[in-house]
Amino acid sequence: MALNIDQDHARFRDIVRGRIRQNLKRYISHGELIGRQGKDTVSIPVPQIDIPQFRFGSKQAGGVGQGEGEPGDPVGGEEKEGSGKAGKDAGEHALEVEVTLDELATILGEELSLPRIEPRGQTRIVAQKDKYTGIRRTGPESLKHFRRTYREALKRQISSGLYDPANPVVVPVRDDKRFRSWNTALQPVANAVIIYMMDVSGSMGDEQKEIVRIESFWLDTWLRSQYKGIESVYLIHDAVAREVDRDTFFHTRESGGTMISSAYKLCADIMQKRYPPSDWNVYPFHFSDGDNWSVDDTLNCINLLKDRVLPNANMFCYGQVESPYGSGQFIKDVREHLGADERVITSDIRDKDAIMDSIKAFLGKGR
Amino acid sequence: MADYSRRHELPAYLRAWQEKIEAYARAQGLDFFPQVFEMLSFDEMNEVASYGGFPTRFPHWRWGMEFERLKKSGEYGLSRIYEMVINNNPCVAYLLEGNSLVDQKLVMAHVCAHNDFFKNNFAFKVTDQDRRPPAGAEDLVVSRQGRVPTRKWIDTFANHAARVRAAMERHGVNPVEEFIDTCLSLENLIDPPGRMLEGRQELPKPEDPEPIEVPRLKARGYMDSFINPEEYLDTQRKKLEAEAEKSKGRFPQKPARDVLRFLLENAPLERWERDVLEVVREEAYYFWPQAQTKVMNEGWASFWHSRIMTGYACDGDEIIDYAERNASVLGGGKTLNPYKLGVELYRFIEERWNKGQFGKDWEDCDDLEERRSWDLQLGQGLRKVFEVRALHTDVTFIDEFLTPEFVAANKLFTFGWSNRNDRFEIDSREFKAVKDKLLFQLTNFGNPFILVEDANLENRGELLLRHDHHGVDLDAEKGRDTLRALFRVWKRPVAIATAIENRPTLLRYDGKEHSTKQLK
Repeated sequence: MALNIDQDHARFRDIVRGRIRQNLKRYISHGELIGRQGKDTVSIPVPQIDIPQFRFGSKQAGGVGQGEGEPGDPVGGEEKEGSGKAGKDAGEHALEVEVTLDELATILGEELSLPRIEPRGQTRIVAQKDKYTGIRRTGPESLKHFRRTYREALKRQISSGLYDPANPVVVPVRDDKRFRSWNTALQPVANAVIIYMMDVSGSMGDEQKEIVRIESFWLDTWLRSQYKGIESVYLIHDAVAREVDRDTFFHTRESGGTMISSAYKLCADIMQKRYPPSDWNVYPFHFSDGDNWSVDDTLNCINLLKDRVLPNANMFCYGQVESPYGSGQFIKDVREHLGADERVITSDIRDKDAIMDSIKAFLGKGR
Repeated sequence: MADYSRRHELPAYLRAWQEKIEAYARAQGLDFFPQVFEMLSFDEMNEVASYGGFPTRFPHWRWGMEFERLKKSGEYGLSRIYEMVINNNPCVAYLLEGNSLVDQKLVMAHVCAHNDFFKNNFAFKVTDQDRRPPAGAEDLVVSRQGRVPTRKWIDTFANHAARVRAAMERHGVNPVEEFIDTCLSLENLIDPPGRMLEGRQELPKPEDPEPIEVPRLKARGYMDSFINPEEYLDTQRKKLEAEAEKSKGRFPQKPARDVLRFLLENAPLERWERDVLEVVREEAYYFWPQAQTKVMNEGWASFWHSRIMTGYACDGDEIIDYAERNASVLGGGKTLNPYKLGVELYRFIEERWNKGQFGKDWEDCDDLEERRSWDLQLGQGLRKVFEVRALHTDVTFIDEFLTPEFVAANKLFTFGWSNRNDRFEIDSREFKAVKDKLLFQLTNFGNPFILVEDANLENRGELLLRHDHHGVDLDAEKGRDTLRALFRVWKRPVAIATAIENRPTLLRYDGKEHSTKQLK
C-alpha cells in the first residue's frame, strides 16, 4: 500500500544520492565502501545530512548513566575501536545509508560520464529454468500437492455429508487431486567475464594492493551494472601465474621475481578454453608495478597480447601502480608497441587519488 | 476517510479489552481524554512515528530519513515501536498489528496514563488551542478544573501540511523545502515559559521615564560638596542619559528569547516564507511540553501500566510475557533510561508519602537506623504522585525528589569525556554531581539558552544573538552552519556571542564567509 511517507522517503533518497555524488571522489579514493559491501547493497556513511542547530558540544557535556563501575572506568558503548587520530571523530557518527550496487553504478557512470557498453554482436545466451508457480488439476503423481488435495477432499466430504468427526478419515478421489504446475522462464546467463591479473611479486606492497582492491571494486560495480550476470576470474603472478579465488587474490604476498608473460599466457589459455569470444565479452585487467624481469619477457608479453589476448577480448587494460621501488618500464613498452591499438588502455596510478582518473580511462570508451 | 477508519478499526475482542482497561484505570483515579485506538501495520506504524505521531505532516525529507532509520532498525530486530500516542482531544493512539494480546493490553494501559498526563500536567496547557493568557498564577491552575480544552492538533498539523503543499505548488518544491531546512535549523530557539503569556496585554509604559538619579559617592555630609561636586554630578548625569538614550534606540529593547517570533515579526520575509516559519514554530511549541516532561511522562505511563497489568488486566498465563516485555521497556545499558528513572522516582515518592518520610521531623532526623524503619503509616503515597504528575516538569521533579538514597540505590553516576584516555569515563557517584548534571541536561531540554540581543548591531542592521553560557560550549561547527540558516532568514550579516574554552567569542557569518573573533 502506498504511504504518505513514501514521498518524503524518496526525497531523502534523492538527497542521499546527491551527497554520494558530491563525495564520490572521496569514497573512491578512501575505499571505505568495500568493507561494507553486502550482497547487492553497500552501506555508505553520509556525512552531515542532518539539520544543524545550536547545540552543545558533546564532549564537555557528558551525562548521567546507571550501573556498576568506579570513577575512571570507561562508559560502555562510547569506546571506539583502535586508537590514534581517528579518535577525534568519536561521538559524531555519520548516518549510514544503504544503496544498491546498481544505484552506485549509475552515480559512478553519471559522475564520470561513462558511456554505456555496447555488447558485442553475438547472440545472448539464455538458459531455461522451470519455476513452480501455481496449481492445476492434472499432472504427474510425483507433483501432487498433498495439502491442497487433502483440503479439497475435506471440503467435498463435508459438503456432501460424508465427513464424520468421530472417524475423521478423508479419502481423496480423482477430482480432488491438485498438482503443482510450473512455468518455464528464460534467464539470461553470464556472458561477460572480467579477468583480473595482479602482480604479487616482492615489490608490490600493501598499499599497492589496496589500490588494486579499490579500483577493482569500482570496475566490478560498473561492469556488473552493464551485464546481467558477470563472471570474475582472478589470476596472480610473480614468476609463475595461477588462478585463485577472490580472497586469495587480495591477500596474497609472494616474494618472487616478475614474469608478466606467465600471467598473459594463463589468461589466454583460460579465454580459449572457457570463454570463447563468440559468446563472451571478455575484460582482462592487469595491475602491476611494471618491473618486469627481462626485455625478452616483455617482448613475449607484447606478442601474447597481440596474437592471443586482444583478438578475443573487448579490450585490454593495464594499470601500473607506483611502488616504493619506483615504477617500472613495462607501461612504456606497452604504449610503445600497442599504443596505436584502441583496444589497449593503459593507466598510470600514482596514488589513491589517481584511482578515479584511472577508472575513467579504463571505462571511458564504452567497449 | 471512512475507508481509512474501517481499515484501522480495532477488532471486537480488543475493543472489549479497551473498555475494561479504561474502566479500571478510571476507577484507579486516572482522568483522561476519550481515546481512539487504531491498528497499524509495521510500515504504517513507522510512518506515523516518523511524522512524530501524526498521520499527516508537511512534506519534508527529514521524516523520510527517520522512516528509513526506523524501518531498518525494526527489520534488523534492534527496536520496535509498540506504542504511539498523540496529545489530542480525543486522544489518538496506535497499536501494532500482529502483536500478542498481552502486548496490546500493556500498550492500552500505558496509553491511558499518557493521556491522563496530557490532560492534567500543567505544562501541556500551552497546547490548549482555546487557551487565553492567564491573569495570574491562580488562574493557571484553577481555571483548568472541570474545563475540557480544545486540542485538535491532528487537524492543525494536517492544515499545516496543506499550507506548505500550497506554497510548494506556487513556488516549487525545492525552494520551499530548502526554506524548511532553514527553519528547522532554528526550531529550538523558542521561549516555552513565555508562550504561556503570549497574547497578554502589555502593561502600559509610564509616559515619563523616571528622572535619572546619579549615584553619589559615599561621603559624610560636610564633605559631600567636595567629594561630589556639581561638575562631577553633571558629567555623570550626562553619561547616564547618553546610555539610556542608546538603549532606547536599541532593538529589541529587551533581549528576546523567542527568536523565531522575533524573526517572524521583523525579518524581511516573503509571505510564503512567513507561513512556513509560522508552521515550524507552532509545531515546535506543540512538541515542547513532551520534551519537557519526558522522564515524568514515560515514568507515569510505566508506573500505571505495571499497576494495571499486574493488578487487573494480566491473566495468570500471561504474566511471564508481560514481565519480559516490561523488563525490556525499563531495561537499558549504562545509559539512563527515562522510563526507568521516572517510574522508580514515582515509586520512591509513593513509598515516602505512604510512610510519612517527609516534613521537618524527617529532614532533621540524622539517625540512619531510625530513618530506615521510619513508617508513620500515612498512606498518602498515591495522592501525592497524582499531585506530582500535575504540578511538575522534569526539572522540578528531579530537583525536588531526587535524594542521595535514591541515587545510591539506583547506582546513578555522571560521565564525561576524558581527553587523556580519549573516551567517556565515569566521573562521579556523588549525589550533588549527579543531580546537577541531570538538571543541566533537562533544563531547556538540553538546548542552549539563546537570545536576540541586538537587531541593529553597530547600526548596520546586523543581527546579534547571545548565548547565555552555563559552562558548556556550543558545537562550533554546527553553530556556524546554523548561522548560515539564520542569514538566509535575516538576509543581513548575523553573529552569535558565546564563549569557547572560557574565552568570549563572536562567531559571525556575513553571507560569504565565517569569522571568529575573540571578544574582550
